[in-house]
Formats: sequence, C-alpha cells, structure tokens
Amino acid sequence: MPILDRRCDAYPPVRGFIRCMKTYTQPVYPYIKPTEFGGSPQHWPVIVAGAGPVGLTAAIDLALRGIDVLVLDEDDTVSVGSRAICWSKRTLEILDRLGCGERLAQKGVRWNVGRVFFRDEQIYRFDLQPEPGHRRPAFINLQQYYVEQFLVERAKELPEVDLRWRHKVVGVTPRDDRVALRVSTPEGEYGVQTDWLIVADGSKSAIRGMLGLESAGQVFHDRFLIVDIHMTSDFPAERWFWFDPPFHRNQSALLHRQADDVWRVDFQLGWDADPEEEKKPERILPRLRAMLGEDARFEIEWASVYTFQCRRMHSFRGGRALFVGDAAHLVSPFGARGANSGIQDVDNLAWKLELVLSGQAPQRLLDSYDSERTFAADENILTTTRSTDFITPKSKVSRTFRDAVLMLAKRHAFARRLVNSGRLSVPAIAVDSPLNTPDAEPFAGRMVPGAPALDAPVTGDRGEWLLDYLGNGFTLLLFTATPSSEALLRDLKALASDAIACNSVIVGAANGPLPACARRIADPNGMLAERYDARPGVAYLFRPDQHVCARWRAFDLAAVRAAIAKATGQIPMAERQVA
Amino acid sequence: MTLNLEPNIASPDDFYQELIDLHRDLTDEQSATVNAKLILLLSNHIGDMEVLRSAMAAAREDVVATSASTSLSEHR
Repeated sequence: MPILDRRCDAYPPVRGFIRCMKTYTQPVYPYIKPTEFGGSPQHWPVIVAGAGPVGLTAAIDLALRGIDVLVLDEDDTVSVGSRAICWSKRTLEILDRLGCGERLAQKGVRWNVGRVFFRDEQIYRFDLQPEPGHRRPAFINLQQYYVEQFLVERAKELPEVDLRWRHKVVGVTPRDDRVALRVSTPEGEYGVQTDWLIVADGSKSAIRGMLGLESAGQVFHDRFLIVDIHMTSDFPAERWFWFDPPFHRNQSALLHRQADDVWRVDFQLGWDADPEEEKKPERILPRLRAMLGEDARFEIEWASVYTFQCRRMHSFRGGRALFVGDAAHLVSPFGARGANSGIQDVDNLAWKLELVLSGQAPQRLLDSYDSERTFAADENILTTTRSTDFITPKSKVSRTFRDAVLMLAKRHAFARRLVNSGRLSVPAIAVDSPLNTPDAEPFAGRMVPGAPALDAPVTGDRGEWLLDYLGNGFTLLLFTATPSSEALLRDLKALASDAIACNSVIVGAANGPLPACARRIADPNGMLAERYDARPGVAYLFRPDQHVCARWRAFDLAAVRAAIAKATGQIPMAERQVA
Repeated sequence: MTLNLEPNIASPDDFYQELIDLHRDLTDEQSATVNAKLILLLSNHIGDMEVLRSAMAAAREDVVATSASTSLSEHR
C-alpha cells in the first residue's frame, strides 16, 4: 500500500491560531534542566515519547504498577484547541481504574440525545440513554486540553513518573536488549536508554519515521472546518447533525456541546476549499450566523481546517518499540474512535509490560498487544470509513442512495438504522485473542472471553460498582450460594500466592470469614448475575485490564492456573489449546 | 434461502406497467431517487443477506462489458 503521510491529519495542532481563549488558560509546564548533561545515559525500564492523552495514560498505568517511567514531550503545554471531545464509557472506566475518571466525568457534559436533520427538517432523534446499572454514561464531552491537564496532574502525584517538557526525541537506536535515545532540549542534547519505548508521539510520529516504519492507508478527499465557539444559549446538550442543511447546502454540519459553554461546530467544506482562507474569521462568521441565526451571540475560541485519513502500521510492535494511539493507527473522526481507542491501547499494554519487565511473562506476551490492538484498529478503521462514505458520498449514485436513505428515515424506522453520521466508539472484543481460554460450557450474554467487563451495581467494602473490584491484577469472580468450603478458601489462597497472583471476589451473602486475598460483594438486584449469565458455581477470570479471559460453570484450581498461564503468554501462542 | 429466479409475479404485465408508471413525469434525477428508495424498501423487506447478495450479483451480470480489455477485474 502507498504511504499517505500528508500534512493533513485530523485535528492537527494549530500554531499561530492561539486566540485568547475566553474559557481556558493554557498551562505552561516549565522546562527543567536534566541531570544527565555531561553524565552517562541513565537507564529507564520504560520511556514514553509524547505526553498527549494516550502517552500520559500509559505513564500513569505503569507508575501505578510501580514502574519508573520517563515521559518526554517536545512541547510545554496541553492540546491547543479542543480536538478530541467525546470520551467513551470505556475510557472513563479505564481512567477510573487509574484514579482520575471522576474528574473527567464531573467536568464533562453528559449527553444522550442526538438529532439528525436532512435539508430543512429533523428526520429523527435517537437516545443513547444506556441501560441502567452502569456507573458511567455512554459518553461525556470534554475538550482534550482538560483531559490532558487532568492527566498531567494525576501523573504528577506519582513519584514513579518523570515528566519532561521541551525534551524532544531526535535520535533512536534500537538494540536487542534496549533502545538508546538522543534527546534535544533548549540547553543541548543528552542520551538516555530504556528497556521499552512507548511511542505516543501522534499521527505524524517522528519516531516511527526514525525507525523506518510507516503507517499506510487511505486519505479522504474532503476538508472540514472545525470551530469552537463560546456561546451562552438555550440549545440543549445534544448532538445535532445536518445532512445538506439550508445554511450549508450540499455539505454536512455538526453541533455539539462541550464544557464551559463551548460548542463544537463542524462544517464539511469539500476538497477544493482553501484551508488558509476558510480559517479566517471573516469566512467563518457568516457560516456560523447562517447556522445559529443572526441573533446568536458567540465568540470564536479556536478554528482549524482538517482532512483525515484511515491508516495503520502493519505491526504495533517493532522490537522494543511499542506504538500506541495515533502513531499506530489513524481513523476518521466520525465516531470518536481516535483518542478512545488510543487509551484502550495502553490499557491493553501496561499490564503486559509489567509482567515482561518483572520476568514473569515472556516477551512474546507483547505480540498479543499487537494482535489484539491491530484487530481493534481494523474494526475502527472499517467503521469510520463506512461513516465517512455515508457523510461524504464519493459518487453520484452513492449520493443518490444516501439521500434516499435520509428521505426514508423520516417516515420509516428501518431506514434510520442505515443513517450513518458516525458510529460512536465501543470497545473491540478480542474474540480470537490467543490469550483467551475458549468456553468449554455454554454461556449466554455478552461476556465472552475477550470482552471488557460490563459494569453492574454491587455492594461491598470497596465501592458500589463491579469495576471497583476488578483490574490491575488478575481477578477471579466467583458466584456462590453456600458458605465457602475450607478447600475452596485454600485454593483461593494458593492462587493469590502464585508468582502471577490472582485475587478473588466472591459474590454471595456473608457466610463466614474470608482470607485477605478475597473480597465479598453482593448483587442485590441480580443485574450482575444476569449480565454474566451466572448461577452459583460460575467463575470468571479477568485480566488486569478488566477483560474476561476465561469462564467456567464450576471452579477448578488447575483450570484457573492454566488460563492465567495462557493469558500471560506462557503457553506458546501458536498452540490454540482448549483448556 | 436462495434468490427466486423463477416467475413469481402473478400478473407480469400489470407489474411492469406500474413500474414504468411510477416514473411518469419524473426527471432523470427524480427517477434515480425513486429507484434508490424502491431498492432500499425491497431490500429491507427481504432482509436475508444471502438473497440480497445473489440479487446484487445477478443485477451486475452482463452490465460490465465482457471484453477483457474493459473488465473491471482487469484493473484491480
């Protein structure tokens, strides 16, 4: 496939358009002179290149595992402009595990309703109102600069993280046993080395280029104007999407609310638009007035013109370099699958790196990071490409069918299912992952091996949600009806003292003391058992990233140990054995 | 289920006339819209992807020129 690395990625950071934002003051993080000048290169277990949302999340996850992490970023502030604004339920759950989900949820705007307009009328509305019994909503909207700021502040609480601003990686030398880096600062260069390099330096990844690797795919021939406006208005917190509206004929437009009365407005411009011209306020203002009405009072906070592409690297692992986020894969922005999937990348990677660094798992465990996340990237690329083809039809007949769908959607439910203004991000389910132990007994429901845990309300000493009890390490969830036998408790203690420890969560009424490695929760309204198709005796094994990797109708110590061995790459992955 | 290619319409001449009449007084563009809507309505009614795929393949048959120099597959 050809290399399509044009300077036109989705939401590029725009220099020279920093207006004085009314609602947000960019923090400036100080450059600090490194201690390495003149000395020999220091060695780090992990270096993260790039302090965007994905790199920062990686650093926090690793630090919470007790791993020292050096983060290098060439800039000294957070995202300029709102860029990624929709954060998914799964992202919030991952950040809950890392101790900063609540801050995003508090600051973000909750929304459930979307409206779709065609020409001059609304053709339908949808409600993403999730089923009850989840802590987090389907989405919140929050400007990327807030997310980065909150992540920086979380990282700074962790002594394992050394966050260095205006430190730019200018050279990479991969070796069998480490990676050597040259880092440029305002005061000169220094060398540093690491066991593992996490490459999180964005879509145009300089490090990817230095390593001679490429990200290939498809560029879309269309341009979009993206504008953040500050507006106090009665518009509800809903996602409004227009196909061919009267105020912007033959194109599409989007209006979406963010925090601080900031609104995201997106205008499709077509391929022939001049990006420099379209960014000028005198071009933007008439478009906004036509959309929002002559009486609307607003101020422009930020604007950018972008095109987008769908592409990915062939492999997300290049020796000791592990590629995450936009550096590894790029999708069209319809569906909020960029930053959200990047955060899922590092959720997948951090625990594997911990086990490899400590020598408890072989390096080939990291190949499963590649296979699981390229699978997810392909799903996101396919989904967003389809959205793009619907939103910006590429041929006359494609446009005819698109408009026919929209005309039918006003009257007929079936056609609404065909309308595609972006399929919003849901986590990929790694059904074919080599880390899964296939079911030996029948189960109903969505919690197949490879799926991230569905939350459910519970009671217990650690929180009111199932996800409070899962993650970071392996966890066994056991549904019981009778008091736990001495033999069972002995087995659970044995699991907790294995090299790769597995703690237990017992679902059931209080019935006697438990060892320290086990917690008890109750399922007062039965939602947990329903979501997991559980009867007494059922056992689920969760990975440290809260994904199901095995489940059984009855607990068996040897089976659990075999599943943990499989999920940590200790059984050669070519052997697809059934436990 | 497989695509039924045997006669299935009781009064073929009536059907055909109504299909043509459907497009009376329409511009080419309007006709294209009506055709697209009709395809979408019927496709949803059928629902079965296997039948729909067979119908799509049958519809495309003989449309693309068969000479080797212009066949689509040659260009892929």
